[in-house]
Amino acid sequence: MSRKPNRRRLAKEELRRIIEFCRSIESKGLNPFLVDVEDLISVIREYFPSLKDTEELSLDAEALNQVASIIKMQSEWVKRRATSLYRDPFLIEEKLRSLPIRRLAEVFLKAWHPIVELEQITIGSLRSAMKYWDSLAPIDERWREERLSEVEAGATTREELIKQGILRDETFLSEIERLWDELKEAAGRDGMVDYWDFIGAESYGETIRRAYLASFLITYGYARLIIQPLEEKIFLKPNEAPISKTDAQPFSFPISLSYERWRQWREKQGE
Amino acid sequence: MLRRAAQMIFYRRHREPGVKGWELRRRLGSDYPKVLRLLDEYLGNLGLTVKTVFEEDGSPPENPTIDQLDKARFYVTLREELSLGDMKLVGWRIDDLAGLAVSLAYIVSKGGKASRKDLESLLRTKLPGWRVDMNLNRYLRLGYLIEDENEQLYLGWRARAEVDHKKLVDLLMMEES
Repeated sequence: MSRKPNRRRLAKEELRRIIEFCRSIESKGLNPFLVDVEDLISVIREYFPSLKDTEELSLDAEALNQVASIIKMQSEWVKRRATSLYRDPFLIEEKLRSLPIRRLAEVFLKAWHPIVELEQITIGSLRSAMKYWDSLAPIDERWREERLSEVEAGATTREELIKQGILRDETFLSEIERLWDELKEAAGRDGMVDYWDFIGAESYGETIRRAYLASFLITYGYARLIIQPLEEKIFLKPNEAPISKTDAQPFSFPISLSYERWRQWREKQGE
Repeated sequence: MLRRAAQMIFYRRHREPGVKGWELRRRLGSDYPKVLRLLDEYLGNLGLTVKTVFEEDGSPPENPTIDQLDKARFYVTLREELSLGDMKLVGWRIDDLAGLAVSLAYIVSKGGKASRKDLESLLRTKLPGWRVDMNLNRYLRLGYLIEDENEQLYLGWRARAEVDHKKLVDLLMMEES
């Protein structure tokens, strides 16, 4: 009883060995006559009756295909040796190794006839060049050094600091925190929620707004993106507490928010 | 006719220089092989020649058919041999040229295909290690070599147009080590 599975395993190993052997001959450019084709064929023939499933039969076909490639290489090998161009590769390599650089260059120059060509600018390129030139600022403007202007210290407003990005807008932050609470509630047993189910809203505009805010949830460490590339799914997972900016997701992940995608999501919701 | 043929063949209009036979036929008519012969004679006085590179690898056909000519590519190349003194004129260093000679002769000796690793180790016997990769990439960029996804190197379009492989190998074999 146990002899048959053993034989099948042996057959698979032999077929794989034949495939690898033939491939290595081809990739290394070795003499294809090193392969005893008849011997390989007899091995393939011997194991063929014991092959049963698709994988085994595919291996058999691949092995035969590789042997056919070797026969083709043998035919090309004979043809090449018969041409006037053929010289023993080992002799040539020996020459290449032994000749000094100067002699090699001199020999090459006798067989080298470089192409002579002219290059010209097309009307299209000329038009682009003129357009660029016209829009270019004068050189004294381009090379003008940036000078730092000295200003006296004074008071600034909170709005100004928010505008400059030094302080965060309190309303914006509270809006993010509201969304974070919403996310924590929406998260299921596994602690996460489908990205589109979370940001999706009645209108396309509102969906974009929620996606925009959700991106800050991730940037500021309130939540994480869980990406499952095989299933092509994206989830949002809220953190228990906001994590520091350095520990937050350190990469950008673009998500398309096309109108078409939003419509598909809406239709799915309606089903 | 001659002037138009010269313009077509000299000016680079595509990524590769030269012109295809069918392009010449469209502009010059079916007698374009005769026009090319006349152009070749004229260019001979300037030390130049019209080089025909057929689509198929191997020796060029003795009596090419119109179909083979239509598919062939025509270039203008130097007719005469260059000397070491001319090398600076074409902008090559002596070791870069030797490296190119080694690369092409090695690939020809291996039947038109050689592994990049093997060629690199051979080139290291001639050039400093840091130049090997740089030079190979230069030969690839200029079209002397082609590389496939398995790191196998082949002769590129420029090698076929500019280098007489048979002569290169014959001259190498005649050299005394």
